[in-house]
Amino acid sequence: MIAVPPFPLPFDPTMAVLLIPLFGVALLAVLPFYRLGARLNVLLTFATLLSALYLLVERPPMGRYLFVDDLNVVFIVLGTFVGFTTSVFSASYIGHELEIGRLTPANQRFYHAMYQALMFSMNLALLANNIGLMWVAVELATMSTVVMVGMYRTHAALEAAWKYFILGSVGIALALFGTILVYMAAQPVIGEGYDSMVWTTLVTKAHLLSPDLLNVAFVFLMLGYGTKVGLAPLHAWLPDAHAEGPTPISAVLSGLLLNVALYAVLRFKMLLSANPGAIAPGPLMVVLGLVSLIFAAFMLYRRRDIKRMFAYSSIEHMGIITFAFGMGGPLANFAGLLHMTMHSLTKSAIFFAVGHIAQVKGTQRLAEIRGLTESHPVLGWGLVIGVVAIAGLPPLGIFMSEFLVVSSTFAREPLLAVPLVFGLLVAFGALMLRLTEVAFGEPTGGMAPVEASYVPLYSHLALVVGAGIYLPGPLVVWFQNVARLLG
Amino acid sequence: MERFFLDVAHLLAGGLVLTSFMLLYQTRMSSLLVVFALQAFVLTLAVGWQAHVQHAPHLYITAAIALILKALIIPYALSRVVVRLGIHRSIETVGGISLTMLAGMGCVALSMVVMMKAMAAADPLTREDLAFALSVVLLGMLIMVTRRNAVSQIVGFMSVENGLILAAAGAKGMPLVVEISVAFSVLVAFIVIGVFLFRIRERFDSVELQVLDDYRGERR
Repeated sequence: MIAVPPFPLPFDPTMAVLLIPLFGVALLAVLPFYRLGARLNVLLTFATLLSALYLLVERPPMGRYLFVDDLNVVFIVLGTFVGFTTSVFSASYIGHELEIGRLTPANQRFYHAMYQALMFSMNLALLANNIGLMWVAVELATMSTVVMVGMYRTHAALEAAWKYFILGSVGIALALFGTILVYMAAQPVIGEGYDSMVWTTLVTKAHLLSPDLLNVAFVFLMLGYGTKVGLAPLHAWLPDAHAEGPTPISAVLSGLLLNVALYAVLRFKMLLSANPGAIAPGPLMVVLGLVSLIFAAFMLYRRRDIKRMFAYSSIEHMGIITFAFGMGGPLANFAGLLHMTMHSLTKSAIFFAVGHIAQVKGTQRLAEIRGLTESHPVLGWGLVIGVVAIAGLPPLGIFMSEFLVVSSTFAREPLLAVPLVFGLLVAFGALMLRLTEVAFGEPTGGMAPVEASYVPLYSHLALVVGAGIYLPGPLVVWFQNVARLLG
Repeated sequence: MERFFLDVAHLLAGGLVLTSFMLLYQTRMSSLLVVFALQAFVLTLAVGWQAHVQHAPHLYITAAIALILKALIIPYALSRVVVRLGIHRSIETVGGISLTMLAGMGCVALSMVVMMKAMAAADPLTREDLAFALSVVLLGMLIMVTRRNAVSQIVGFMSVENGLILAAAGAKGMPLVVEISVAFSVLVAFIVIGVFLFRIRERFDSVELQVLDDYRGERR
C-alpha cells in the first residue's frame, strides 16, 4: 500500500505489537513516579504504534497462533493510533486528577499498568489466529477495563464497575459457548486438537462444517460479543462504564474496545458466509444494529451527564456500523469500515474535549456547562467540531460514511433505509440541541484555563475533517479490498 | 464398555444440572454456598471422567482446579465473607420459587431441543454432554437474574462457568481447556472476592444491590 521498500527489522513486528505493552505492564506497575510513568506510557504506546505501522509495509507470514491480514491490520493500526493519542491525553488528565487528590500515586501506577494490559489484550485479540486465544484476549481486555472503571471508588463508579463486570462476564460466557460450538462443528472435519480452532483453517474448510451447529454457535457469539459491542438489548453496562471511569478510559472504550468486539463478530460472520447451508448472519446484525441506533437516538434526549450522553452516541454509532456490516456487499462493508474508523477518531476526540471540560468546570452535568466557546474558545470550538462531525454534518468524515450507508441501503432495501434515516435524524436533533446549550450563551462554571495540550484533540479532528474532504487513493483501495474480503 | 462410559458421563452431567436446580431454590446463603461446593465437586468428577474416557491427561488439571478452587477455597472464602457481613441467613429472590423452577425447566427443555437438533449427526457422548452443559449455563443465568444479592450473583456466575467448563471438557480434543479454566478462576478469585465485596461493604454497609441502584449516576 505504501511505496516504501521493506527494510529488515531486527525483530518481528507482530511480536513487538504484543511484547512492548506486555513489558509496559511489568515496568509501569513498579514505577512509583507519576511523570516518568506517564511519559513511559506515551513512549511505549508510540513504539507499539510504530511496530503496528510496520505491519502495513511488510506482512509477516501466517502463523498458527498469530496472523496478519488486510482486515485486522486496519483495526490494529487504528487501535494503536488511538491508544497512543489517548496516552498523551491521559498524561495531562491523570496529572490533574492526582493534583486534586481524586487519585493516589498508587492508583496511578495501577492505572498505567492496566492501560498497557488493555493495549496488549486488544492487540492479542486482533492478531490471534485461534478462536480460543481471541476469546481469552477479549476477556482479559474486559477485566483490565473493569478495574479501571471502578478506580474512583465512588458509589457510582463501583456500581458501574459491578454492572460492567456482571454483564461483560455473561457476554463473554456466551461467546465462549459459541466458540466451543464452532470447535464442535470443526472437529469432525478438520480433526481433533489445535487445528480445529485455527481461524485460517476454519474459513478454508467452512463449507464442510455442519450448518446447524454453526447457526446455533453464531447466535451465541453474536449475543456474547454483541454485549461487548454495546448493542441495544445488552448495552446497559456501556453508559455507566463510560460515565464513571476516568475519561481516557471512556475514550479507549469507545474508540477501541467496541471495535475489537465487533472484529470478533465479523470474523465469525465471515465463517458463516463461507458455508452455503448456514443462515445468513446479516439479518440478525441488521436488526440489532437498527434497534441500537433508534433506541440510543431517543435516549440521547434525556441525558443530564455529558459523558453519559456521548456514551449513548457510541451505542448509536456501533448500531450503524453493525447495520452496515450486516447489509454486506462491497459498498456497505466499505461504508462500515470507514464509519468505524471515523467514529473511533471522532469519539475519542470528543472524550478528550469532555475530559478537559469536566476538569475545568468541575462537573459532568450538562446543565452546569454553558458557553464554552466564550470561556474556553479553543476547547469549545474543538468540541463543536467534534459534535458536528459525530452528528454527521458535511463535509466531515462521518457524513461521508453515513451517506454511503444510507445510499447503499436505498439501492438494495429501500424499506430498511426508512428506520435508518429516522434514527440518524433523531440523534442529530438531540446532539445539536445539547451542543448549542453547552457551547454557546452565557458562560457558567470554572473559568480557569486548561493546562493541557490540545494536540491529541486537534490531530484527531484534523484527520476527520481531512478525510471528509479528501480520502487518499491508497486508503480507498485498501478499504475496498477489505470490503471484498468481508463478503 | 462404550455404553458404560456413556452412562457414567450422563449420570455426572445430569448431576450437574440437578445441583443447578438445587441452587435455584436455596433460600439461605450458607446452604447456597454448600450446594455450590457440591456442584463444583460433581463438576470435578464429570471432568475427571471425561479425562479418563478421552485419554486426555490435561483435563485432570482442569478437574484439579475445579476441586481445589471451586469446591474448597472459593466456597470457604465466600462463607467467611457472608458470615462477616451477617447475611448468611437470608436471600432476596425476585419472584416465587415455583415460578423460578418452572422457568428453569423451560431452560433445560430449550437447551435439549436446540442441542439435540443442531448436533443430530454428532457422537452421542459429546452431544448430550453439550446439551447438559447448556442447561447448566442457562440455569446459572437464571440464578443471576433471580437474585438481588451480590454474593448470590457471583454464585450464579460461577455456576455458568461450571457449565462452560463441562462443555469445553466434553468437546473432544479441544485445546486451551486448561487455559480457559485458569482464566475463569483467576477472574473470579481476583476480582470478585478480593476487590468488590469489601469495597461494596465499605461503601454501603450492605451488599444488597438494591442499595447500589439508588446511586445511579443519573440521579446524582
